[in-house]
Amino acid sequence: MEEIIRDQQAAGTAAESSVANAAADMAAKIFGGEAQPNAMAQAARVLKGAPEEAPAEQPAEPAKPVFEETPVDVDSVTAKLLETVANFNGTGFCGAFNIRSNGKSLGRQSTEHIHIDTKTDNPGLDIHIAPGTRGEEVYIPACVTKAGYDDLVYNDFFVGKDADVVIVAGCGIHTETGEPARHNGIHRFFLEEGARVLYVEKHVGTGAKGPKKVIDPQTECFLKDGAYLEMDTSQLGGVSSSVRKTRATLDGKSTLVIKERLLTDDDETAETFFEVELNGEGSSVNLMSRSVARGNSHQAYQSNIIGNTICYGHSECDAILAENGRVDAAPKLSANSEDAQLIHEAAIGKIAGEQIMKLRTLGLTEEEAEAAIINGFLK
Amino acid sequence: MLEIKNLSFAPEGDKQILKNISLTIPDGKLVVLTGPNGGGKTTLAKMIAGINMPTSGSLILDGVDITDKDPTERAKLGIGYAFQQPVRFKGFTVRDILNLANGKPLTEDQLDEVLLKVGLEPKAYKDRDVDTKLSGGEIKRIEIAGVLLRKSKLTVFDEPEAGIDLWSFNSLISVFEELRETREVTLVIISHQERILSIADEIMLIQDGRLGMKGPREIMYPLICGDGCESCPAMEEGDCYGRDN
Ligand SMILES: Nc1ncnc2c1ncn2[C@@H]1O[C@H](COP(=O)(O)OP(=O)(O)O)[C@@H](O)[C@H]1O
Ligand SMILES: [Mg+2]
Repeated sequence: MEEIIRDQQAAGTAAESSVANAAADMAAKIFGGEAQPNAMAQAARVLKGAPEEAPAEQPAEPAKPVFEETPVDVDSVTAKLLETVANFNGTGFCGAFNIRSNGKSLGRQSTEHIHIDTKTDNPGLDIHIAPGTRGEEVYIPACVTKAGYDDLVYNDFFVGKDADVVIVAGCGIHTETGEPARHNGIHRFFLEEGARVLYVEKHVGTGAKGPKKVIDPQTECFLKDGAYLEMDTSQLGGVSSSVRKTRATLDGKSTLVIKERLLTDDDETAETFFEVELNGEGSSVNLMSRSVARGNSHQAYQSNIIGNTICYGHSECDAILAENGRVDAAPKLSANSEDAQLIHEAAIGKIAGEQIMKLRTLGLTEEEAEAAIINGFLK
Repeated sequence: MLEIKNLSFAPEGDKQILKNISLTIPDGKLVVLTGPNGGGKTTLAKMIAGINMPTSGSLILDGVDITDKDPTERAKLGIGYAFQQPVRFKGFTVRDILNLANGKPLTEDQLDEVLLKVGLEPKAYKDRDVDTKLSGGEIKRIEIAGVLLRKSKLTVFDEPEAGIDLWSFNSLISVFEELRETREVTLVIISHQERILSIADEIMLIQDGRLGMKGPREIMYPLICGDGCESCPAMEEGDCYGRDN
């Protein structure tokens, strides 16, 4: 819409603008009624015989800070885990980061705007992101590579007013022998007014199949007016058991988006609990969980969206069952205000036979079709 | 050439959906299958694609018996099928499904080209999800685009006109006409649309699970779309294509 207004202004007078409107209608017809504004504007120009417009000036984005790479020396197993969970390139990280391995820091760096400090009361970090920090990324991956090690860490993120950053967390466990290894990460996020955070978290277990690899993340989020937090979490194999608890409290007109991807196989279990309280007028949450349960694995999903005022909550939980996989889903909506608008959608079932058939008529084998459907679904 | 011999389908034992259908689809021709709803056209199409297996009878493609071949094998042998009711996929974009159809990643130009063919503005559609947010007409055109990419030897399009607006339909007709002109591929189009009937080489009527009349367009079109037997040239020649032919 913004674009069409801009393009129409570019078209000049009001009279010309109505020509552009008619042309846009025509374009909508040509393109099947669902043409995008740029397509319509473009068609309007073509129909008017006007030359291609140079794109209007965008307000200049502050330049993204560039950091030199700080080398990180890790063993090859840890390097592989870091590559999977934190896009590690094998040599180092740029910007702010802390690498945790078997409870110790293997490397840390703060930047001018992002300070990473060791907690004084508990194991873990206080991460302060200065107000207005833009375009920076923070990496705080954790690895466990010792059988029998039980890692517990508390990380708190204080995100200043109007900051806009990406936080990459994630945990990899690699063990070859019998004793269970565990990582329990307790994260809290405090977003000030207008702060925007994209939080990306990947969990993975590698090594021998027998030994247990346990990841139990607990997350608490506090969003002030105008804050936006998007959490993209995925656990795509090898984690024997996980219990994920996420709680969020939204004040003012803040927004929380959670995208969860989960794949369990063999005898793995995964439990997920979400609880979101919408306290701010105009606050909203969108919770999207997609999971696949294969082998003899079991997943349990629980969510509760609590609307206490004019607010919007949507949750969507889709699960695919394969082999003997089992899924329980208990989505709950609690509206404590007549102005709360809460929606839930859920679907559990095996891959639709017609989806497999469709892909087979495109030349894929049954196995290829299943793999393609699951990959797409979890993408 | 696809030969269909004495094909019957009775999935629940007594209810016969297809009743002893025999017909031949010659190479390089555009054959339209038409007839009332529920007559068995889609069932027959799915049998050609290998999605339904016949209770009795056989299918022979270029002299090879494909009756027992599964849908993957038939696709590899050169049979394509554009579903009457396209399937939606959570998590697939238009690009994803078209790449799968193509067998390897398409270039941006190839992607744009095929979307324009079916009347979709590439920029607006390439990265949209093929899920329930697309309208019936949109998903239908993506379905057709995917099947066009496969360049199959023989393709069945099941009611390609359904849900499609006039502009896209015109574009689609030209695609079918161009393909027909090359005479390199065989097109079987299931349709009720006069415009599609009018570009057929042959028209076959499927009714109540049986093959009713069949014949060249010159004879069949006036019978179906014109004034019935009165306008049929075969009347004068005493060479009626109806009933038992
Ligand atoms: N798998 C099936 N089991 C039972 N009945 C079916 C099945 N598939 C189709 N039918 C029935 O067969 C008849 C023919 O359907 P269809 O082939 O879809 O007709 P058309 O495409 O000509 O409209 C319909 O009565 C339909 O309900
Ligand atoms: Mg049909």
